[in-house]
Amino acid sequence: MQLPATDQNHDVVIEIGGFPIEVQTTDAEFERILMGRYRDYVRPGTASQFALRVEIMDPDRFDPDADAEVWLEDREWRMERGDFRARFSPEERRGQIFQSANPYSIDSVLRIVHTLMLAPEGGFLLHASSAVRNGKAFLFSGVSEAGKTTMARLAPPDVALLTDEASYVRKVDGRYFAYGTPFAGEFGEPGKNISAPIETLFLLNKAGENRIEEIDPAIAVQRLLRNILFFAHEPSIVRQVFEAAVAFVAEVPVRQLSFFPDRRVWELIG
Amino acid sequence: MAATDIYLTQSNDVAARTIGDDTLIMSTLDSTIFMLNSVGSAIWNSADGSTPLSRIVHEHLCEEFEVGEEEAFADAKEFVDQLATHGILLVSETPAAPKEIQ
Repeated sequence: MQLPATDQNHDVVIEIGGFPIEVQTTDAEFERILMGRYRDYVRPGTASQFALRVEIMDPDRFDPDADAEVWLEDREWRMERGDFRARFSPEERRGQIFQSANPYSIDSVLRIVHTLMLAPEGGFLLHASSAVRNGKAFLFSGVSEAGKTTMARLAPPDVALLTDEASYVRKVDGRYFAYGTPFAGEFGEPGKNISAPIETLFLLNKAGENRIEEIDPAIAVQRLLRNILFFAHEPSIVRQVFEAAVAFVAEVPVRQLSFFPDRRVWELIG
Repeated sequence: MAATDIYLTQSNDVAARTIGDDTLIMSTLDSTIFMLNSVGSAIWNSADGSTPLSRIVHEHLCEEFEVGEEEAFADAKEFVDQLATHGILLVSETPAAPKEIQ
């Protein structure tokens, strides 16, 4: 008698920011993709707090031109873009992703899910590079071409890079910490999987000299809000993000860093 | 004094915080951000649904900045209309009913 084939689990636990998520798949090739892309963030044997089941689909099932959307429906977050559809329940701590076997879709879903998990705690993902020096984390935020990746490239050897693109800010026991992430930008490399208390958030401005200046707190909150990554324009989460930005600026120094793009700028940091 | 007075109420579809002399407002509908200076903050903070704009202008603009009431009212009305267009402020020709006041 021939027994029916059973799908073997090829589950991978990926821990970012202290949130271990079990990505469940029966596709061995997709497991290899995950192990390669998230290698320093894979935690075999770690008990997960959340689970995402990935169903691998034919790429022709998706609309390549569709824009990304995130919305709340029946107490569950729904996510859609041209290359994936996903759902995530914060209450049940599980979700499902329909995508083709590629690393970019899961990467986007993970970013979205992490923003949804961080917001209720006062944390967020930020368009910023970040690094650790002397046990303290420094964030460098700005829009495209502001210098985030430049600051990462100019960092001296004693600086550990957390990310050059999407900084992970989490409030733990009343203090703000920055965590390394695998979310790489132009730098092309995942950040170190470490964390440190945030010393300063720098808002970047390329200039002819290196200078640190104070910023009016209201302007600091405004500029921070413009750089926080959040994908769901749903009232409850918008309020959480707003309050998170206000609380962050009240507790963490925010300064404008005008800099000339060479290594001397790091003499001002740390 | 303007011929037709109006009453202002802060929309519920916003997150707002006064920081120093300024007020930061974020629409929860489309995430648009507004920054109000001290004058705008005074108008925003007085938007309780029962205080007419003429009184807000008299108490917070005319006396503080020594400007004429008609000119100040016209400027304030223009500002209010901008915020109303974005759904930040609700404008009415009658005071809000007491149960509607937050």
